[in-house]
Amino acid sequence: MAIFSVYVVNKAGGLIYQLDHYAPRADTEKTFSFPLDFVLRPHDERVVVAFGQRDGVRVGHAVLAVNGAEVNGRFTADGKDVLEFLSNPANYPVSIRFGRHRLSSNEKLMLASMFHSLFAIGSQLSPEVGSSGIEMLETDTFKLHCFQTLTGIKFVVLADPRQAGIDSLLRKIYEIYSDFALKNPFYSLEMPIRCELFDQNLKLALEVAEKAGPFGPGS
Amino acid sequence: MSRTPGRKQENHKISRELLVLTYGALVAQLCKDYEKDEDVNTCLDRMGYGIGVRLIDDFLARSAVKKCRSYSETAEMIAQVAFKMYLGVTPSVTCSSTAGNEFSLILDKNPLVDFVEELPAERASLCYCNLLCGVIRGALEMVHLAAEVTFLQDRLKGDAVTEIGITFLRKAEDRKHKRN
Repeated sequence: MAIFSVYVVNKAGGLIYQLDHYAPRADTEKTFSFPLDFVLRPHDERVVVAFGQRDGVRVGHAVLAVNGAEVNGRFTADGKDVLEFLSNPANYPVSIRFGRHRLSSNEKLMLASMFHSLFAIGSQLSPEVGSSGIEMLETDTFKLHCFQTLTGIKFVVLADPRQAGIDSLLRKIYEIYSDFALKNPFYSLEMPIRCELFDQNLKLALEVAEKAGPFGPGS
Repeated sequence: MSRTPGRKQENHKISRELLVLTYGALVAQLCKDYEKDEDVNTCLDRMGYGIGVRLIDDFLARSAVKKCRSYSETAEMIAQVAFKMYLGVTPSVTCSSTAGNEFSLILDKNPLVDFVEELPAERASLCYCNLLCGVIRGALEMVHLAAEVTFLQDRLKGDAVTEIGITFLRKAEDRKHKRN
């Protein structure tokens, strides 16, 4: 699964479409006895592993469930503080599920608007006049590609760093948007895209791009 | 349209007669609904606007053209690429002002009026193809170019040629961050 996600951002910076295309990451659920080998600490609204990576549980993983019941932020399902619960030897042995916290839709909205602003800042920082905004953002685990149309819509694709052919994929997504979203008379411009055909065709295009692999799609 | 070359991806063609008939039916129905010609013209323009704001992305996606750097480039693009793509005709472009923001597209062939002879007497000031004006206006607005688009001459009204006038108004906003 080399293409991780697709985001479509409208002119005002609001997220109008989002698709996660990767296989769900494996969560690790294990039974532990007192004392826990991990160093846990609160982070944002979650309890996160700060140190003590082992057995598939990595630093940065959040506590997702305690004894089978999903946690609610920093509290267990029955309202007890997770850290307090886990520091009490009487509660052991306990079964905890660790995993990477998936972004909630609010967080995605916020990140998309933030990217919209950074994109604008990028084009302003440029020493050349009339420069484009951020076209690619590279990290060691993924590459973010962004294509802004002349009408101001941005298509953002997060993919494996070795995946080629993302430029043509972005153009293809633009075509799919202009076909299945814009030509749908019941779709209002700038609003979240809820068109079944758009979803289907987008997934098809992603699969075609992935199959082409690191060498890019053939023309 | 079915006669336009260059759209190789098109698997299914629709007959141009169907489009012409549909457009004719639309105008005829509007004429029944509205007494005054101005109302029909406004309605057609509004409909065209709704089409234009969506058509622009289709045009940009399929033609992959670069951003136009001047009004004259934009007018040329509309005439030579857009009209060719959607109607199969290529109007000629002339600049009709020294300020460089007024242009005319002269259409010698217009598929929409192929089967229309002349306007009836009671509809003398009807702009039959006003939809096209709305389309151009809507499309330009989405790429942040405010314009006024009207029919300056119309063969259906007895003029020699059909002429669409595009007047670019001051840029809608003066944005510091430009799009690519």
